Amino acid sequence: MSAQHSTSAGLCALALAACAQPSTRHHASDSAAIEAFQTVHAVFMHPRCQNCHIAGDSPLQFDAGVPHAMSVVRGPDGHGGEGFACSSCHGEANSPAHMGPHAPPGAPHWGLPPPHQKMAWIGMSPRELCESIKDPRFNGNRHLAALDKHVTTDKLVLWGWNPGGNRPPVPIAHEEFVAQFRIWAAAGGPCPTN
Amino acid sequence: MLTLNVNGSTRHVDADGDTALLWVLREHLGLTGTKYGCGIAMCGACTVHVDGVPKRACITPASSVVGKQITTIEGLAPAGDHPLQKAWIAEQVPQCGYCQSGQIMQAAALLQHVKQPTREQIVRHMDGNLCRCGTYQGIVRAIERAAKEVAT
Repeated sequence: MSAQHSTSAGLCALALAACAQPSTRHHASDSAAIEAFQTVHAVFMHPRCQNCHIAGDSPLQFDAGVPHAMSVVRGPDGHGGEGFACSSCHGEANSPAHMGPHAPPGAPHWGLPPPHQKMAWIGMSPRELCESIKDPRFNGNRHLAALDKHVTTDKLVLWGWNPGGNRPPVPIAHEEFVAQFRIWAAAGGPCPTN
Repeated sequence: MLTLNVNGSTRHVDADGDTALLWVLREHLGLTGTKYGCGIAMCGACTVHVDGVPKRACITPASSVVGKQITTIEGLAPAGDHPLQKAWIAEQVPQCGYCQSGQIMQAAALLQHVKQPTREQIVRHMDGNLCRCGTYQGIVRAIERAAKEVAT
């Protein structure tokens, strides 16, 4: 194992240990991290993100979060019903501009979280979201370093800042979001009290 | 120049990669069974199969299906005798007929995955395919009929 990997593994272990601590015990140094989490919460609750992080099996669409047309469902793996995949309409990239602003958006592996791990967070308070997204039982068995990679490089996540058509992107710059996420994660992911 | 596999044949098309697959099929290859409806993937009239999955050809850049197997209504069954096509005739489904090739392609994808779909499964699967004539009851009956033929 390289020194870099060894350090990363150590940080991950520290992060996991921090996750196991009761979230209501804060140190003074946590306050900046908790404040940073407000930005994380705001991004996660944006329609570009939360419309597919649903408790049921039918995704939402548009800024209003209305049920997706066509009786679209999550399906067995999160990529649509049997014989009618998300990819039937959502390609690997946003539709070319000449197809107009209402053509479906696209990004790699378009879909919802799988049914066994829905990662539903609509309506969660900052505390609830914080405790959920760092819980491996909730987040797809990701530790904080993996979450960092997910929000930094996953092309479906990044689509939220380049949604195509006339869809408003997430209003907080991705760089700012990542910076705030890392402030929060570096402190071990402390959670707000409400 | 794009090289596409359409209905089992290799076809060379002089078209921009951003051209919608629908127009490549209709204007370049003369496969006019696939129809233009809404142009935004909301009606299903342009449904074809790409690697066996239904795909809205009106919003699919042709470059994105290079190297994949494209099947249109003309290629669904060489003799036009797919169980769904026979059932469509038996149930006298079409009125104006414009949306019907898309309806059949969408239904064919369902029967590939679910041999004996329930009525609820059929209705849900076909929800994105619109018919201005309102032939929905006939469509459901035809799919049920085809499913029975496939099962026997």
